[in-house]
Amino acid sequence: MGGLVAVDNSSSPLIRLRGISFGYPGRKQVLDGLDFTLHRGDRVGLIGPNGSGKTTLFHVIMGLVRPTGGTVELFGRPAGTEKDFREVYRRIGFLFQDSDDQLFSPTVLEDVAFGPLNLGLSRADAVAVARKTLADLGLEGFEDRITHRLSGGEKRLVSLATVLAMEPEVLLLDEPSTGLDQETKETLTQVLNRFALSCIVISHEIEFMEGITDVVYQMENGRILTDYYVHAHPHSHPHTCHDHNEE
Amino acid sequence: MIREPFVNGTSPLHRLDPRLRILTAVLFSFVVALAERFPALWTGLALGLFLTVLARLNPREVFRRLAVVWGFLLLLWLVLPFTIEGGPVLYRLGPLAATREGLLLAARITLKSNAILLGLMALIATMPLTTLGHALDRLRVPPKMVHLLLLTYRYIFVLEQEYQRLSRAARLRNFRPGTNLHTYRTYAYLVGMLFVRASARADRVYRAMRCRGFQGKFYCLQEFSIRRRDWVWSGFLTAGIAATAVLEWGGLWL
Repeated sequence: MGGLVAVDNSSSPLIRLRGISFGYPGRKQVLDGLDFTLHRGDRVGLIGPNGSGKTTLFHVIMGLVRPTGGTVELFGRPAGTEKDFREVYRRIGFLFQDSDDQLFSPTVLEDVAFGPLNLGLSRADAVAVARKTLADLGLEGFEDRITHRLSGGEKRLVSLATVLAMEPEVLLLDEPSTGLDQETKETLTQVLNRFALSCIVISHEIEFMEGITDVVYQMENGRILTDYYVHAHPHSHPHTCHDHNEE
Repeated sequence: MIREPFVNGTSPLHRLDPRLRILTAVLFSFVVALAERFPALWTGLALGLFLTVLARLNPREVFRRLAVVWGFLLLLWLVLPFTIEGGPVLYRLGPLAATREGLLLAARITLKSNAILLGLMALIATMPLTTLGHALDRLRVPPKMVHLLLLTYRYIFVLEQEYQRLSRAARLRNFRPGTNLHTYRTYAYLVGMLFVRASARADRVYRAMRCRGFQGKFYCLQEFSIRRRDWVWSGFLTAGIAATAVLEWGGLWL
Protein backbone atom coordinates (compact mmCIF):
# COMPACT_ATOMS: atom_id res chain seq x y z
CA MET A 1 0.00 0.00 0.00
CA GLY A 2 2.74 2.41 0.87
CA GLY A 3 5.10 1.22 -1.84
CA LEU A 4 3.70 3.20 -4.71
CA VAL A 5 5.02 6.71 -4.89
CA ALA A 6 2.97 9.61 -6.21
CA VAL A 7 -0.06 7.44 -6.80
CA ASP A 8 -2.87 8.33 -4.52
CA ASN A 9 -5.62 5.85 -4.68
CA SER A 10 -8.56 8.14 -4.28
CA SER A 11 -10.77 5.26 -3.27
CA SER A 12 -8.61 4.49 -0.26
CA PRO A 13 -9.72 6.15 2.95
CA LEU A 14 -8.26 9.54 3.87
CA ILE A 15 -7.55 8.45 7.41
CA ARG A 16 -7.35 4.91 8.72
CA LEU A 17 -6.38 4.20 12.29
CA ARG A 18 -5.92 0.66 13.52
CA GLY A 19 -5.50 -0.37 17.11
CA ILE A 20 -4.16 3.00 18.21
CA SER A 21 -3.04 3.10 21.84
CA PHE A 22 -1.62 6.02 23.71
CA GLY A 23 -1.08 6.73 27.37
CA TYR A 24 0.82 8.93 29.74
CA PRO A 25 2.92 7.18 32.36
CA GLY A 26 1.05 6.41 35.54
CA ARG A 27 -2.37 7.08 34.08
CA LYS A 28 -5.06 5.09 32.42
CA GLN A 29 -4.61 4.63 28.67
CA VAL A 30 -6.01 7.68 26.87
CA LEU A 31 -6.47 5.78 23.63
CA ASP A 32 -6.93 2.07 23.89
CA GLY A 33 -6.97 0.04 20.70
CA LEU A 34 -8.87 2.68 18.79
CA ASP A 35 -10.06 1.89 15.26
CA PHE A 36 -11.38 4.57 12.98
CA THR A 37 -11.70 5.23 9.26
CA LEU A 38 -12.55 8.48 7.51
CA HIS A 39 -13.49 8.30 3.84
CA ARG A 40 -13.53 11.17 1.39
CA GLY A 41 -16.65 13.23 1.96
CA ASP A 42 -17.22 11.94 5.49
CA ARG A 43 -18.14 14.57 8.01
CA VAL A 44 -17.89 13.05 11.43
CA GLY A 45 -18.57 14.51 14.86
CA LEU A 46 -17.12 13.14 18.07
CA ILE A 47 -18.48 13.69 21.55
CA GLY A 48 -17.21 12.26 24.76
CA PRO A 49 -16.53 13.09 28.37
CA ASN A 50 -13.50 15.10 29.44
CA GLY A 51 -10.31 13.13 29.15
CA SER A 52 -11.79 10.60 26.75
CA GLY A 53 -8.89 11.23 24.39
CA LYS A 54 -10.52 13.35 21.71
CA THR A 55 -7.78 15.95 21.42
CA THR A 56 -5.10 13.26 21.75
CA LEU A 57 -6.70 11.48 18.80
CA PHE A 58 -6.19 14.61 16.67
CA HIS A 59 -2.61 14.90 17.84
CA VAL A 60 -1.99 11.30 16.80
CA ILE A 61 -3.44 11.94 13.35
CA MET A 62 -1.20 14.99 12.92
CA GLY A 63 1.85 13.16 14.19
CA LEU A 64 2.24 15.54 17.12
CA VAL A 65 2.34 12.59 19.50
CA ARG A 66 3.46 9.08 18.67
CA PRO A 67 1.02 6.33 19.57
CA THR A 68 2.44 3.55 21.68
CA GLY A 69 0.65 1.00 19.57
CA GLY A 70 -1.27 0.66 16.31
CA THR A 71 -0.86 2.09 12.85
CA VAL A 72 -1.77 5.41 11.28
CA GLU A 73 -2.50 5.39 7.57
CA LEU A 74 -3.11 8.68 5.80
CA PHE A 75 -4.20 9.01 2.17
CA GLY A 76 -3.49 5.35 1.61
CA ARG A 77 0.03 5.40 3.02
CA PRO A 78 1.38 4.49 6.41
CA ALA A 79 2.56 7.54 8.34
CA GLY A 80 5.16 7.18 11.02
CA THR A 81 8.14 9.40 10.47
CA GLU A 82 8.46 13.15 10.72
CA LYS A 83 8.82 13.32 6.95
CA ASP A 84 5.58 11.41 6.34
CA PHE A 85 3.70 13.89 8.45
CA ARG A 86 5.30 16.96 6.88
CA GLU A 87 3.71 15.85 3.65
CA VAL A 88 0.42 15.42 5.48
CA TYR A 89 0.30 18.92 6.99
CA ARG A 90 -0.69 20.50 3.71
CA ARG A 91 -3.55 18.06 3.23
CA ILE A 92 -4.99 18.01 6.74
CA GLY A 93 -5.90 21.27 8.41
CA PHE A 94 -6.01 21.29 12.19
CA LEU A 95 -7.98 24.03 13.95
CA PHE A 96 -6.71 24.28 17.52
CA GLN A 97 -8.98 24.66 20.50
CA ASP A 98 -7.37 27.92 21.60
CA SER A 99 -7.02 30.47 18.82
CA ASP A 100 -4.19 32.15 20.70
CA ASP A 101 -2.15 29.02 20.05
CA GLN A 102 -2.82 29.25 16.35
CA LEU A 103 -2.38 32.95 15.69
CA PHE A 104 1.19 33.85 16.46
CA SER A 105 1.99 36.43 13.78
CA PRO A 106 1.69 40.12 14.50
CA THR A 107 -0.80 40.82 11.74
CA VAL A 108 -3.72 38.83 10.32
CA LEU A 109 -2.41 38.83 6.76
CA GLU A 110 0.95 37.44 7.82
CA ASP A 111 -0.66 34.72 9.84
CA VAL A 112 -2.91 33.59 7.01
CA ALA A 113 -0.02 33.75 4.54
CA PHE A 114 2.29 31.77 6.84
CA GLY A 115 1.02 28.33 5.74
CA PRO A 116 1.11 29.07 1.98
CA LEU A 117 4.63 30.53 2.36
CA ASN A 118 5.72 27.33 4.09
CA LEU A 119 4.30 25.39 1.17
CA GLY A 120 6.77 27.23 -1.03
CA LEU A 121 4.55 29.87 -2.60
CA SER A 122 6.11 33.18 -3.55
CA ARG A 123 5.31 36.18 -1.40
CA ALA A 124 2.95 37.64 -3.99
CA ASP A 125 1.10 34.34 -4.44
CA ALA A 126 0.90 33.70 -0.71
CA VAL A 127 -0.52 37.16 -0.12
CA ALA A 128 -3.03 36.65 -2.92
CA VAL A 129 -4.16 33.32 -1.45
CA ALA A 130 -4.39 34.87 2.01
CA ARG A 131 -6.48 37.79 0.78
CA LYS A 132 -8.81 35.49 -1.12
CA THR A 133 -9.27 33.20 1.87
CA LEU A 134 -10.04 36.15 4.12
CA ALA A 135 -12.55 37.43 1.60
CA ASP A 136 -14.18 33.97 1.39
CA LEU A 137 -14.74 34.11 5.13
CA GLY A 138 -16.12 37.64 5.04
CA LEU A 139 -12.99 39.02 6.64
CA GLU A 140 -12.10 41.69 4.10
CA GLY A 141 -10.31 44.60 5.70
CA PHE A 142 -8.82 42.44 8.45
CA GLU A 143 -5.44 42.13 6.72
CA ASP A 144 -3.56 44.66 8.80
CA ARG A 145 -5.37 44.06 12.09
CA ILE A 146 -3.15 43.06 15.01
CA THR A 147 -3.98 39.46 15.89
CA HIS A 148 -4.05 39.78 19.66
CA ARG A 149 -6.50 42.66 19.47
CA LEU A 150 -9.16 40.61 17.65
CA SER A 151 -12.29 39.52 19.53
CA GLY A 152 -12.75 35.85 20.38
CA GLY A 153 -15.06 35.23 17.43
CA GLU A 154 -12.80 37.07 15.01
CA LYS A 155 -9.82 35.10 16.27
CA ARG A 156 -11.62 31.83 15.60
CA LEU A 157 -12.58 32.84 12.07
CA VAL A 158 -9.06 34.09 11.30
CA SER A 159 -7.67 30.82 12.69
CA LEU A 160 -9.95 28.96 10.31
CA ALA A 161 -8.68 31.17 7.50
CA THR A 162 -5.07 30.27 8.35
CA VAL A 163 -6.01 26.61 8.02
CA LEU A 164 -8.14 26.96 4.88
CA ALA A 165 -5.45 29.03 3.14
CA MET A 166 -3.42 25.82 2.83
CA GLU A 167 -6.30 24.28 0.86
CA PRO A 168 -6.54 21.11 2.92
CA GLU A 169 -8.57 18.07 1.95
CA VAL A 170 -9.53 17.24 5.52
CA LEU A 171 -10.29 19.44 8.51
CA LEU A 172 -9.79 18.49 12.13
CA LEU A 173 -11.76 20.91 14.28
CA ASP A 174 -11.12 20.89 18.02
CA GLU A 175 -14.03 22.55 19.84
CA PRO A 176 -14.57 25.13 17.12
CA SER A 177 -17.66 26.66 18.72
CA THR A 178 -16.44 26.98 22.30
CA GLY A 179 -16.78 30.49 23.63
CA LEU A 180 -18.50 31.86 20.53
CA ASP A 181 -21.77 33.78 20.55
CA GLN A 182 -24.75 32.54 18.57
CA GLU A 183 -24.11 34.80 15.62
CA THR A 184 -20.48 33.78 15.18
CA LYS A 185 -21.49 30.14 15.56
CA GLU A 186 -23.91 30.53 12.68
CA THR A 187 -21.27 32.21 10.53
CA LEU A 188 -18.92 29.34 11.32
CA THR A 189 -21.57 26.76 10.43
CA GLN A 190 -22.27 28.52 7.13
CA VAL A 191 -18.61 28.76 6.22
CA LEU A 192 -17.89 25.12 7.05
CA ASN A 193 -20.89 23.95 5.06
CA ARG A 194 -19.90 26.10 2.11
CA PHE A 195 -16.48 24.47 1.94
CA ALA A 196 -18.02 21.06 2.74
CA LEU A 197 -14.64 19.44 3.32
CA SER A 198 -14.24 16.02 4.83
CA CYS A 199 -13.84 16.66 8.50
CA ILE A 200 -13.73 15.38 12.05
CA VAL A 201 -15.23 17.71 14.63
CA ILE A 202 -14.87 17.52 18.39
CA SER A 203 -17.47 19.45 20.30
CA HIS A 204 -19.60 19.37 23.39
CA GLU A 205 -22.29 21.30 21.61
CA ILE A 206 -24.15 18.58 19.83
CA GLU A 207 -26.60 20.88 18.08
CA PHE A 208 -23.78 22.90 16.55
CA MET A 209 -22.08 19.66 15.56
CA GLU A 210 -25.16 18.27 13.88
CA GLY A 211 -25.25 21.41 11.74
CA ILE A 212 -21.88 20.64 10.19
CA THR A 213 -21.52 16.84 10.31
CA ASP A 214 -23.48 13.90 8.96
CA VAL A 215 -22.87 11.52 11.79
CA VAL A 216 -21.90 11.88 15.44
CA TYR A 217 -20.08 9.16 17.35
CA GLN A 218 -19.49 8.77 21.03
CA MET A 219 -15.98 8.40 22.34
CA GLU A 220 -15.48 6.43 25.51
CA ASN A 221 -12.64 4.64 27.28
CA GLY A 222 -10.17 5.46 24.54
CA ARG A 223 -12.29 4.15 21.70
CA ILE A 224 -14.82 5.44 19.23
CA LEU A 225 -18.14 3.66 19.46
CA THR A 226 -19.05 3.58 15.80
CA ASP A 227 -21.85 1.12 16.29
CA TYR A 228 -24.18 3.67 17.69
CA TYR A 229 -25.07 7.14 16.55
CA VAL A 230 -25.74 10.03 18.83
CA HIS A 231 -28.61 12.39 18.25
CA ALA A 232 -29.31 15.79 19.65
CA HIS A 233 -31.76 15.71 22.49
CA PRO A 234 -34.22 18.51 22.78
CA HIS A 235 -33.33 18.73 26.46
CA SER A 236 -30.04 19.01 28.20
CA HIS A 237 -27.58 16.21 27.75
CA PRO A 238 -24.82 15.13 30.06
CA HIS A 239 -21.91 16.48 28.05
CA THR A 240 -22.23 20.22 28.22
CA CYS A 241 -19.31 21.09 30.40
CA HIS A 242 -16.23 22.56 28.76
CA ASP A 243 -12.97 20.79 28.94
CA HIS A 244 -9.87 22.88 28.75
CA ASN A 245 -6.39 21.46 28.87
CA GLU A 246 -7.54 18.11 27.64
CA GLU A 247 -4.50 16.29 26.42
CA MET B 1 -0.04 46.28 29.74
CA ILE B 2 1.75 47.59 26.68
CA ARG B 3 -0.16 50.60 25.47
CA GLU B 4 1.09 52.42 22.44
CA PRO B 5 -0.22 55.96 22.98
CA PHE B 6 2.10 57.63 20.48
CA VAL B 7 1.44 55.33 17.55
CA ASN B 8 -1.51 57.15 16.03
CA GLY B 9 -0.52 60.43 14.48
CA THR B 10 -0.01 62.22 11.22
CA SER B 11 3.06 64.27 12.05
CA PRO B 12 6.06 64.37 9.70
CA LEU B 13 7.83 61.94 12.02
CA HIS B 14 4.96 59.47 11.90
CA ARG B 15 5.15 59.51 8.14
CA LEU B 16 8.91 59.16 8.01
CA ASP B 17 10.11 55.77 6.80
CA PRO B 18 10.45 53.48 9.86
CA ARG B 19 13.92 52.29 8.86
CA LEU B 20 15.23 55.84 8.65
CA ARG B 21 13.60 56.61 11.98
CA ILE B 22 15.39 53.68 13.60
CA LEU B 23 18.73 54.64 12.11
CA THR B 24 18.29 58.26 13.15
CA ALA B 25 17.32 57.20 16.67
CA VAL B 26 20.37 54.94 16.98
CA LEU B 27 22.70 57.65 15.74
CA PHE B 28 21.16 60.23 18.05
CA SER B 29 21.34 57.92 21.08
CA PHE B 30 24.99 57.09 20.46
CA VAL B 31 26.08 60.69 19.98
CA VAL B 32 24.26 61.88 23.09
CA ALA B 33 25.36 58.90 25.17
CA LEU B 34 29.02 59.41 24.26
CA ALA B 35 29.04 63.19 24.60
CA GLU B 36 30.61 64.68 27.71
CA ARG B 37 30.58 68.43 27.13
CA PHE B 38 27.66 70.53 28.25
CA PRO B 39 27.09 72.51 25.02
CA ALA B 40 26.64 69.20 23.19
CA LEU B 41 24.44 67.78 25.91
CA TRP B 42 22.17 70.82 25.98
CA THR B 43 21.93 70.72 22.21
CA GLY B 44 20.99 67.03 22.46
CA LEU B 45 18.26 67.83 24.94
CA ALA B 46 16.99 70.64 22.74
CA LEU B 47 16.96 68.28 19.78
CA GLY B 48 15.04 65.70 21.78
CA LEU B 49 12.47 68.32 22.81
CA PHE B 50 12.23 69.54 19.23
CA LEU B 51 11.55 65.99 18.00
CA THR B 52 8.85 65.53 20.64
CA VAL B 53 7.16 68.72 19.52
CA LEU B 54 7.58 67.77 15.88
CA ALA B 55 5.91 64.40 16.51
CA ARG B 56 3.08 66.22 18.33
CA LEU B 57 3.18 63.77 21.21
CA ASN B 58 0.65 64.13 24.00
CA PRO B 59 2.59 66.10 26.67
CA ARG B 60 0.88 64.27 29.54
CA GLU B 61 1.97 60.88 28.24
CA VAL B 62 5.49 62.20 27.60
CA PHE B 63 5.64 63.59 31.12
CA ARG B 64 4.42 60.33 32.63
CA ARG B 65 7.25 58.46 30.96
CA LEU B 66 9.87 61.01 31.90
CA ALA B 67 8.68 60.95 35.51
CA VAL B 68 9.66 57.31 35.80
CA VAL B 69 13.23 58.16 34.83
CA TRP B 70 13.28 61.21 37.08
CA GLY B 71 12.67 58.92 40.01
CA PHE B 72 15.93 57.12 39.29
CA LEU B 73 17.72 60.38 38.56
CA LEU B 74 16.68 61.81 41.92
CA LEU B 75 18.43 58.86 43.51
CA LEU B 76 21.59 59.67 41.53
CA TRP B 77 21.47 63.32 42.60
CA LEU B 78 21.28 62.17 46.21
CA VAL B 79 24.11 59.68 45.95
CA LEU B 80 26.60 60.77 43.28
CA PRO B 81 27.79 64.12 44.73
CA PHE B 82 28.85 62.35 47.90
CA THR B 83 30.44 59.32 46.32
CA ILE B 84 32.47 60.75 43.43
CA GLU B 85 35.86 62.02 44.45
CA GLY B 86 37.74 64.94 42.98
CA GLY B 87 37.31 68.65 42.49
CA PRO B 88 36.57 71.12 45.21
CA VAL B 89 34.14 70.20 47.94
CA LEU B 90 31.05 72.35 47.55
CA TYR B 91 29.38 71.74 50.88
CA ARG B 92 29.47 69.35 53.77
CA LEU B 93 26.67 67.43 55.34
CA GLY B 94 28.00 66.11 58.60
CA PRO B 95 30.68 63.60 57.63
CA LEU B 96 29.59 63.70 53.94
CA ALA B 97 31.19 65.97 51.37
CA ALA B 98 29.56 66.92 48.07
CA THR B 99 32.03 67.30 45.22
CA ARG B 100 31.78 69.41 42.11
CA GLU B 101 32.66 66.38 39.98
CA GLY B 102 29.81 64.41 41.45
CA LEU B 103 27.30 67.13 40.76
CA LEU B 104 28.50 67.54 37.18
CA LEU B 105 28.25 63.80 36.59
CA ALA B 106 24.70 63.75 37.90
CA ALA B 107 23.87 66.68 35.64
CA ARG B 108 25.36 64.93 32.60
CA ILE B 109 23.44 61.75 33.24
CA THR B 110 20.25 63.73 33.68
CA LEU B 111 20.69 65.58 30.40
CA LYS B 112 21.66 62.46 28.48
CA SER B 113 18.86 60.24 29.72
CA ASN B 114 16.18 62.86 29.13
CA ALA B 115 17.47 63.69 25.66
CA ILE B 116 17.65 60.04 24.59
CA LEU B 117 14.29 59.22 26.09
CA LEU B 118 12.63 62.12 24.27
CA GLY B 119 14.32 61.13 21.03
CA LEU B 120 13.22 57.51 21.32
CA MET B 121 9.67 58.48 22.16
CA ALA B 122 9.48 60.72 19.12
CA LEU B 123 11.23 58.39 16.69
CA ILE B 124 10.59 54.81 17.87
CA ALA B 125 7.47 54.89 20.03
CA THR B 126 5.62 56.52 17.15
CA MET B 127 5.59 53.26 15.20
CA PRO B 128 3.61 50.14 16.14
CA LEU B 129 5.80 47.38 17.52
CA THR B 130 5.00 45.16 14.57
CA THR B 131 6.29 47.86 12.22
CA LEU B 132 9.39 48.17 14.37
CA GLY B 133 9.95 44.41 14.01
CA HIS B 134 9.50 44.49 10.26
CA ALA B 135 11.74 47.53 9.88
CA LEU B 136 14.44 45.82 11.94
CA ASP B 137 14.08 42.81 9.68
CA ARG B 138 14.57 45.01 6.63
CA LEU B 139 17.63 46.54 8.29
CA ARG B 140 19.05 43.02 8.41
CA VAL B 141 18.87 42.55 12.13
CA PRO B 142 19.12 38.75 12.65
CA PRO B 143 15.67 37.19 12.02
CA LYS B 144 15.82 35.24 15.28
CA MET B 145 16.03 38.46 17.28
CA VAL B 146 13.25 40.09 15.28
CA HIS B 147 10.93 37.15 15.84
CA LEU B 148 11.85 36.94 19.48
CA LEU B 149 10.68 40.53 19.73
CA LEU B 150 7.50 39.95 17.74
CA LEU B 151 6.55 36.71 19.50
CA THR B 152 7.20 38.29 22.89
CA TYR B 153 4.96 41.17 21.92
CA ARG B 154 2.30 38.77 20.67
CA TYR B 155 2.20 36.56 23.75
CA ILE B 156 2.89 39.03 26.53
CA PHE B 157 -0.79 39.96 26.37
CA VAL B 158 -1.85 36.33 26.62
CA LEU B 159 0.47 35.82 29.59
CA GLU B 160 -0.86 38.95 31.23
CA GLN B 161 -4.39 37.60 30.89
CA GLU B 162 -3.27 34.38 32.50
CA TYR B 163 -1.64 36.32 35.31
CA GLN B 164 -4.82 38.34 35.81
CA ARG B 165 -6.89 35.16 35.94
CA LEU B 166 -4.62 33.62 38.56
CA SER B 167 -4.42 36.71 40.73
CA ARG B 168 -8.18 37.25 40.45
CA ALA B 169 -8.74 33.70 41.58
CA ALA B 170 -6.46 34.34 44.56
CA ARG B 171 -8.22 37.61 45.40
CA LEU B 172 -11.64 36.00 45.23
CA ARG B 173 -10.50 33.52 47.83
CA ASN B 174 -9.74 36.44 50.09
CA PHE B 175 -6.01 36.65 49.52
CA ARG B 176 -4.69 39.95 50.85
CA PRO B 177 -1.01 40.59 50.15
CA GLY B 178 1.00 41.54 53.21
CA THR B 179 4.53 41.26 54.49
CA ASN B 180 4.49 37.65 55.54
CA LEU B 181 5.56 34.23 54.41
CA HIS B 182 2.09 33.34 53.21
CA THR B 183 2.16 36.25 50.75
CA TYR B 184 5.62 35.41 49.48
CA ARG B 185 4.66 31.79 49.04
CA THR B 186 1.47 32.69 47.19
CA TYR B 187 3.32 34.96 44.81
CA ALA B 188 5.95 32.30 44.26
CA TYR B 189 3.23 29.81 43.34
CA LEU B 190 1.66 32.38 41.06
CA VAL B 191 4.89 33.11 39.23
CA GLY B 192 5.71 29.40 39.07
CA MET B 193 2.30 28.65 37.63
CA LEU B 194 2.80 31.39 35.07
CA PHE B 195 6.05 29.76 33.95
CA VAL B 196 4.36 26.38 33.69
CA ARG B 197 1.56 27.85 31.63
CA ALA B 198 3.91 29.84 29.42
CA SER B 199 5.87 26.71 28.69
CA ALA B 200 2.73 24.71 27.92
CA ARG B 201 1.56 27.56 25.72
CA ALA B 202 4.86 27.62 23.84
CA ASP B 203 4.49 23.91 23.26
CA ARG B 204 1.01 24.28 21.80
CA VAL B 205 1.99 27.25 19.63
CA TYR B 206 4.91 25.29 18.25
CA ARG B 207 2.64 22.36 17.47
CA ALA B 208 0.18 24.63 15.71
CA MET B 209 3.04 26.08 13.69
CA ARG B 210 4.27 22.65 12.72
CA CYS B 211 0.78 21.73 11.56
CA ARG B 212 1.03 24.61 9.13
CA GLY B 213 4.29 23.36 7.72
CA PHE B 214 6.70 25.45 9.82
CA GLN B 215 10.28 24.43 9.11
CA GLY B 216 12.17 27.11 10.97
CA LYS B 217 11.72 30.00 8.59
CA PHE B 218 9.72 33.12 9.40
CA TYR B 219 8.47 35.62 6.89
CA CYS B 220 7.96 39.36 7.06
CA LEU B 221 5.51 40.65 4.51
CA GLN B 222 5.49 44.38 5.12
CA GLU B 223 7.27 46.37 2.43
CA PHE B 224 8.70 49.85 2.88
CA SER B 225 9.55 52.43 0.32
CA ILE B 226 11.62 55.54 0.77
CA ARG B 227 10.46 58.68 -0.94
CA ARG B 228 12.19 61.98 -1.45
CA ARG B 229 10.43 63.51 1.53
CA ASP B 230 11.94 60.77 3.73
CA TRP B 231 15.44 61.67 2.61
CA VAL B 232 14.83 65.36 3.21
CA TRP B 233 13.58 64.84 6.74
CA SER B 234 16.25 62.36 7.72
CA GLY B 235 18.92 64.62 6.22
CA PHE B 236 17.58 67.47 8.31
CA LEU B 237 17.61 65.35 11.49
CA THR B 238 21.08 64.02 10.76
CA ALA B 239 22.31 67.58 10.40
CA GLY B 240 20.98 68.33 13.87
CA ILE B 241 22.74 65.30 15.29
CA ALA B 242 25.92 66.22 13.43
CA ALA B 243 25.80 69.67 15.03
CA THR B 244 25.67 68.00 18.44
CA ALA B 245 28.65 65.84 17.51
CA VAL B 246 30.61 68.88 16.32
CA LEU B 247 29.96 70.62 19.62
CA GLU B 248 31.42 67.61 21.39
CA TRP B 249 34.30 66.59 19.19
CA GLY B 250 34.80 69.53 16.85
CA GLY B 251 37.33 71.23 19.09
CA LEU B 252 35.66 74.59 18.38
CA TRP B 253 34.77 75.34 21.94
CA LEU B 254 37.02 75.27 24.97
